[in-house]
Amino acid sequence: MDRYRVFDHTADLGVEIYGKTAKELFANAAFALFDIITDLNRVRAIEEKMITAEGEGWDDLLVNYLREVLYLFNGEGLLLKEYSIMEIDPRHLEGKVSGEVFDPSRHTINTEIKAVTYHQATVREAPDMWMGRVIFDV
Amino acid sequence: MSEIMSGLKKMDDCRWMIPQTGGMRVPGIIYSSERLIKEMGADESPKQVANVAHLPGIVQYSLAMPDMHWGYGFPIGGVAAFNLADGIISPGGVGYDINCGCRLVTTRLAYEDVRERVRDLIGALFRDIPSGVGSKGALKLSPKDERKVLIEGSKWAVDNGYGTDEDLDTTEDRGKMAGADPEAVSARAIERGREQLGTLGSGNHFLEIEVVEKIFDTTAASAFGLEEGQIAVLIHSGSRGLGYQVCDDYLARMVKHIGDLNIPLPDRQLACAYLESPRGKEYLAAMACAANYAWANRQMLMHWTRETFERTLKKGPRDLGMRLLYDVCHNIAKIETFTIDGKETPLCVHRKGATRAFPSGHPALPARYSKVGQPVLIPGDMGTGSYVLAGTDKAFAETFGSTCHGAGRLMSRTQATKASRGRAIAREMADRGIIIMASGKGTLQEEIPEAYKNLDQVVDVVHKAGISKKVAKLRALGCIKG
Repeated sequence: MDRYRVFDHTADLGVEIYGKTAKELFANAAFALFDIITDLNRVRAIEEKMITAEGEGWDDLLVNYLREVLYLFNGEGLLLKEYSIMEIDPRHLEGKVSGEVFDPSRHTINTEIKAVTYHQATVREAPDMWMGRVIFDV
Repeated sequence: MSEIMSGLKKMDDCRWMIPQTGGMRVPGIIYSSERLIKEMGADESPKQVANVAHLPGIVQYSLAMPDMHWGYGFPIGGVAAFNLADGIISPGGVGYDINCGCRLVTTRLAYEDVRERVRDLIGALFRDIPSGVGSKGALKLSPKDERKVLIEGSKWAVDNGYGTDEDLDTTEDRGKMAGADPEAVSARAIERGREQLGTLGSGNHFLEIEVVEKIFDTTAASAFGLEEGQIAVLIHSGSRGLGYQVCDDYLARMVKHIGDLNIPLPDRQLACAYLESPRGKEYLAAMACAANYAWANRQMLMHWTRETFERTLKKGPRDLGMRLLYDVCHNIAKIETFTIDGKETPLCVHRKGATRAFPSGHPALPARYSKVGQPVLIPGDMGTGSYVLAGTDKAFAETFGSTCHGAGRLMSRTQATKASRGRAIAREMADRGIIIMASGKGTLQEEIPEAYKNLDQVVDVVHKAGISKKVAKLRALGCIKG
């Protein structure tokens, strides 16, 4: 199963994310973000960060979590390669991510993601399958 | 066809009305042409025009300009004005890139003077002006200086040697928005702003060398200091990561408190706060900081452009005569006064991908333009060139003093990348006589000319509708992209 798929959206980039559990869905969402930004084969997981996010429900939590993850790149310059979610419920999440600081001599930026939007963000739960949708401003 | 599209009522050759239905508080009006309306196809932006009409305190109409395309919450190309007493302010009605805008610098150079030097100039500009994803500027601001930038805007730049006082005269609001309060800006936004001042950015931002190809209105052109064959430089940039973070922070906060409004919103991205509420006031204060940052940014980019021209062409400032024609923003919310039902009324005008177009005689205009109207700068897509228009009384009466802002996207970025697969875009542009240098890997592919609406068609609509008038058209010679 693919971890995510890109769908087309005028001016922007939408992704549909999949996972067997909520934890896997959220980890794959961060993967999707960085897989679009860079070539992850060239990124090492040498710096670790804890991540927490809150939301009014799954949809809101997904957006707020991805906003936190994206800030680690846009604000701190970190490209993230590994993601694990330790605790999750519809209003709260705790996770651990690791990667390294962007180095223009070794890393490439394929697509700049400028923001994670609330527009049509959804999370759906089905037996053995979680699916999320979110639109990135690029 | 969507319900909204089939319900559109043609008012005249340039305007289509979205009748007031359901929870809409006012009707919507789209400025467009038969052709541009058809081209919109499945784009959901007309629905977004209708969604904006649901917001409390909206005055007269929810408007859209002919370059309209889909945005988050508000469409790009959307204009909406709200009463101060019972109206709202929405970060999604301003956009992520707060005070994204353009400035046009005229020169004393003629096309013949630089014809053989465009490649050198573009190479030097590309080297001297930081651009691209996460690009850092030449300076790292101290917290104290960054505060000053946020409060003073362009004035900070001029006080620190980037340009002259004369540049402030021809900047919208003299490059300084009142009410800016750095306390309203988050630590994250401050951090992102620290190293990005004086950088072009990526995506659709650019710096372009152009030649004036055609003059439509000789009186206005002469007041603006434009003549055929003259070289000019167009700079298109905004508030960089700082503005994005301000929008992101306040959107999240307003989404969280969406229930406090006691109104159903058709889209979460329309999250807003009452103008009179503490949250609304705080966003305005933070937005003003980002606007000022963007003005200081463009002021510095222009200063370095002047220096690069001097060095490359080995000419002094007097010979080059690089004068700021105007700087105007196209992503902003501002408190401006209009006549509503015969009464002077202050309103909060949101322009998201729309440009202010004030008429002759308006006190906000610099003296030298007061007889011809405010210069309006309309950038085209990569390497096309641009238009200079002038504001009109009709814009002031019909569109809260607003007009279009550019060509507007037609294809998504992924569609554009597909359409350009296997093509050497820089070479294609060079064959058309335009030299392009870009720092981003996929930028040229995403920004191919056919990804945008035809600029001539967009400008023809606003000219015909009378909400601004054509003054000059410029053709691109060379361009640096982020």
